[in-house]
Amino acid sequence: MMPAIYLEAIVLTLGVLLVLMEAFSNSEEKTPVAWLGIVGLTFVFILTFFTANDLSASPYSAFYHADFRAIFFKRFALLTTIVVLVLSIEYRGVVQKYVFGSRPQAGLGEFYALPVFTCAGLMWMASAVDFIMIFVSLELVTISFYILVAYMRRNAGSLEAGVKYLILSALSTGFFVYGITWIYGVTGQTSLEKIGAILLGLKVSHGPLLFGFMLVLTGLGFKIACAPFQIWVPDVYQGAPTPVTAFLSVGSKAAGFIVLMRVAEVFLPVPWINHKAVTILVALAALSLLYGNLAAMPQHNLKRLMAYSSIAHAGYILIAVACIGSRYANIAVSFYLAGYLLMTLLTFLVMAAVANQAGGDDIVHFNGLGKRSPYLAFAMLAAMASLAGIPLTVGFFGKFLIFYVAYEKGQFLLMGIGVLTVAAGFYYYFKVVRAMYWKEPADDTPVRTSPLTGATIAALAFCIFFLGVYPAPVIRALEGPPSDNPRLLAR
Amino acid sequence: MLNILILCPIVAAILALLGAPARPAALLASLINLVVALLALFQYDKTGPAFQFVSEFGILPEWRLTYLVGADGLSLLMLLLTAIVTFAAVWVTPAVARLEKQFYACLLFISAGAMGAFASVDLFFFYAFHELALIPTFLLIGIWGSGDRQSAAWKITIYLALGSFILLLGLIGLYQSVPVAARTFDIRALQELAAAGKIHPASANGVYLLLLIGFGILISLFPFHTWAPKAYASAPTPAAMLHAGVLKKFGLYGLLRVALPLLPDAARHWTHLLIILLIGNIIYIGLVTISQKRLDMMLGYSSVMHMGYIFLGIASLNTLGLNGAALLMFAHGLSIAALFAIAGQVGRRTETLAFEDLGGLAKPMPFLGFAFGLAAFASIGLPGFANFASEILVFFGAFQSHVAGSPFFGFRLATVLALWGVVISAVYMLRAYKAVFMGELPGRWSALPDLKFSLRLPIVLLLATLLFAGFCPRVFLAFLAPSVKAASFRETLS
Repeated sequence: MMPAIYLEAIVLTLGVLLVLMEAFSNSEEKTPVAWLGIVGLTFVFILTFFTANDLSASPYSAFYHADFRAIFFKRFALLTTIVVLVLSIEYRGVVQKYVFGSRPQAGLGEFYALPVFTCAGLMWMASAVDFIMIFVSLELVTISFYILVAYMRRNAGSLEAGVKYLILSALSTGFFVYGITWIYGVTGQTSLEKIGAILLGLKVSHGPLLFGFMLVLTGLGFKIACAPFQIWVPDVYQGAPTPVTAFLSVGSKAAGFIVLMRVAEVFLPVPWINHKAVTILVALAALSLLYGNLAAMPQHNLKRLMAYSSIAHAGYILIAVACIGSRYANIAVSFYLAGYLLMTLLTFLVMAAVANQAGGDDIVHFNGLGKRSPYLAFAMLAAMASLAGIPLTVGFFGKFLIFYVAYEKGQFLLMGIGVLTVAAGFYYYFKVVRAMYWKEPADDTPVRTSPLTGATIAALAFCIFFLGVYPAPVIRALEGPPSDNPRLLAR
Repeated sequence: MLNILILCPIVAAILALLGAPARPAALLASLINLVVALLALFQYDKTGPAFQFVSEFGILPEWRLTYLVGADGLSLLMLLLTAIVTFAAVWVTPAVARLEKQFYACLLFISAGAMGAFASVDLFFFYAFHELALIPTFLLIGIWGSGDRQSAAWKITIYLALGSFILLLGLIGLYQSVPVAARTFDIRALQELAAAGKIHPASANGVYLLLLIGFGILISLFPFHTWAPKAYASAPTPAAMLHAGVLKKFGLYGLLRVALPLLPDAARHWTHLLIILLIGNIIYIGLVTISQKRLDMMLGYSSVMHMGYIFLGIASLNTLGLNGAALLMFAHGLSIAALFAIAGQVGRRTETLAFEDLGGLAKPMPFLGFAFGLAAFASIGLPGFANFASEILVFFGAFQSHVAGSPFFGFRLATVLALWGVVISAVYMLRAYKAVFMGELPGRWSALPDLKFSLRLPIVLLLATLLFAGFCPRVFLAFLAPSVKAASFRETLS
C-alpha cells in the first residue's frame, strides 16, 4: 500500500517525461508522446487500487486527504485524461491545420503533454482540504487550460475562446482568492477542518464570513459553469479544440464540484449559514436548470449544444449540493459526475470521428449515421439516452439519486423544475437521435475510426449500460466495501 | 422462467441487429414467449404464495436494490397479453422497406420492456423496464410512421418522459414514506408494511397524487391524453398494436399493483378527482371520437376513451370493480390490437383511411370485414366477448361502491354516465363499420385482395382469446383473486 500522494508525483514526472520526449526526440511523428501518456496514466490508474485510504498515518493530513472520495476523483481525473488523449490523437489533423511550424507535426507534442499536467492538478485538487492547496491546484489546472483552449493559434474561434476564458477565469480566480482572504480574516485559518470547528464553536462575525463564502461560491460557480456565471461557456466550448472542450466540460467541472462539496460540507452544517447558503444554492440550481435546458433547445451545433447541456447538468448536480446533509447527497454528486464523464466523453469521441469525415460538428452532419455506421450511431444513441436520463443507463441512476436526495430534503421547487427540464432535455438530445436515424445521409460512406478510438467508444458505451444496471462498483468505490460500513445496512 | 420472457426478445433483437434474419428471429422469439407465458399460467399454483417463479439478483444489497422478478395472477395475465399481442404484431408486420433489422429490434425491445415491467417485483426495475420502450417508440414512429409522424413522435416522447419522471418522484416518495430501517423497493415487503400501517400517512396523499398523475399521463388519462391518438394514428401498425394494447396497460397495472394496495386511504381521498377525470375520458373523448374522420384517429381516440372504464373499475376500490378493471385491461389490449391490425391491413390496400373515401370494402374483403365487425363488437362490449364480461363487473362494482354523503351521488352518477359511454362507443364503432365496409364500393377497389390465409391467423388468435375470455371469464378471474384482494379495501373495512 503506497501513500496516495505518490500518484500525483508519478503523473507529474510522466508529464515532464513527455515534454522531454517531445523536445529531444528526433522523430517527426509525435503520436508516441500521446501513447506514452495513455500507457503511463493507465498504469497510475491501476496503482490507485493499491493506494492506502488511511488518513491518520499521513504527515500531510492537515491539507491533504486521501479518503475514498479523493481516490475516486483521482481515478476520475485519470480516466478523463486518458480519453482526452485518445480524442487528441483522433483530432490531431485539425490541430495540425491551425498550428504550423517548421515540421509537419510541430506543436502536437505539447498538445499531448499538457493534459497530463492538468490531470496532476485535478488529482491534487481531489485531495486538497486547505484553501491554499485548493487554490494552488486550481491554478495548475486553469493555467494549463489557458494554453489548451487557445491552442489552435491560426484559428480565430480558438483564439477568441482563449481570450474569453483567460479574462473570465482570471476574474473568477480573483473572486475566489478574495473570498479566501475574508474567511481567513474572520477565522484565522485556511484549513477547512479547522474553519469548520471554529464556525461551530466560537462566536464569529456573520457578515464578513458570509461575504467570503459568497465570493468563494462565485469563483467556484465559474468553474462548474452554472448560471449566472455561465456566459463564457458556449463560446469557449465551441471555439476550443474538441478534446479540450471535452476536458473542460468534464475535468474542470468535476474539479469545481469536488471543491464545492468540500467547502459546502464545512459551511452548510453551521445553522446560521445553512439557511442562507441553501437558498443561494437552490437559486443557482434553478437558474442553471432553466437556462441550460431552455437555451440548448434551439441549438444546431452539437458542440454548442453540449455547452448548454453542460450548464444544465451543473444545475442537476447543484440540486444535490443544495441537499448536503442528506446521507446520500455526496454520493449523488459523485455518481452523477461519473456518469456525466462517461456520456460526455463518449459524445465528444463520436463527434470528433464524425467531424473528421463530415468537416463539421453541426447536428446535420450526423444525418443518416444510423445507416452509414450503425455502431457509431448506436454508441451515440447510448450517450444521448444517458444524457437525457433513460433508465438502465448510468445517466438515469444519477438523476434518480439527485431526485432522491431532493425529495428527502423536501426541495419541491427544484424537483418540479427538474422534472420539467428533464422533459426539455429529451427534446434536444433526441434531436441528435432524429438526425442519426430519421434523416437520410448526404453520402453513404461509413465513418472511419482508428482501432483505439473504436475500442474506447465501445468501452464507454458498455460502461454506460453496465453501470446503469449495476451501479455497485461506483458506489463501493465511494463508500468502501459494505462490510466496512455496517450503518449503511441499517438504512 | 420469467427471465426467459424478458431475455428472449432482447437476445433476438441483438441477434437481428448483428445480422441474423430479422423476421424469423422475431417470430421465433415471440412464439417462444407465447409458449412460456402459457406454461407459466398453467404451472401457477393458485393455492400457493401470491408471487411465484421468483428469482433475484442483488444489485446493491446495502441499499436493498435488487433485480427481482416474480408473478402473481395479475402479472401472469398481463404477461400473457404481452406475449399474444407481440406475437400477433410481429406476424402481421408487412415487408419493411428500409432498416428492417432495426424495425424488428425496436418491436422486440418494446416487448421486452413490457415483459420486464409486468414481471418485476422490485419497483425500481418495474419503472426502468417500462422506459426501455421509450426510444424504440420514438424511432418506430419517426422512421416508419405515416402522416404527421414527426410531431407525433416528439409529442409522445416528451409527454411520456414527463409522465415517467413525475412517476419517478412518486415512487421515490413512496420509498421514503416508510421508516428508514424498513425502506425497500420490494413490492411484497411494501405490501406487508402497508398492511401493518407503517406507511407514513402524512405524505400518502401527495405521493398518491404524484403516482396518479404519473401513471395517468402514461395511460392517457383525461386531460393528459393528447399524445395518444396522434401517435397511434402515425405509428406503424405493429407499434400501435403493442403500444395501445400492451404498454398503456403498464400505468393501469401500476395503479392496481402499487398505488391502491399501498396507499388505500389516499386512493379514497382522491377518488372524486379521479371520477371527474374519468368521466372526461368517457364522455368528452367519446364525443371527440364520434367526430373523427379517419379510421386510425378514431381508433386512437377510442382507445383513450376505453381507459375511462378501467379507471372506473379502479376508482370503485371493491372486488367486483377491480376484477372488472383487470379483466378489461386484458380484453381491451386484445381488441384494440385486433382493430389496429385490421385497420393497418385496410390502409395498406387502399392507401387512405379517411371515411369519406372508403366504403363497401366488405365485398372484396369479406374476411377483413367480418373480423373488423367482431373486433368492433368486442370493443363496444357486446355479450360473448371478454369486454362485456369485464365492463359488467366494472359497472356493478362502481354502482355498488357509492358512499353516503359523497357529492352528486358520486359513483352512481358516474356509473350512469359511463353507461351512456357504451352507447357512444356503439355509435362511433358502427358508423366506422358502415363507412368502411358497407355502402357503395368505389370501382377502383373492386379487385382488392382479401387477407392472405397465413395473415388471418394472428387476428383469429386475438379474437378467439377474446371470445374464450368472454364465455369463461372465471378461468381468468380465478387467477386475479389474490392480487385484487390486496388492492381492494372496502370489504376489509366493513
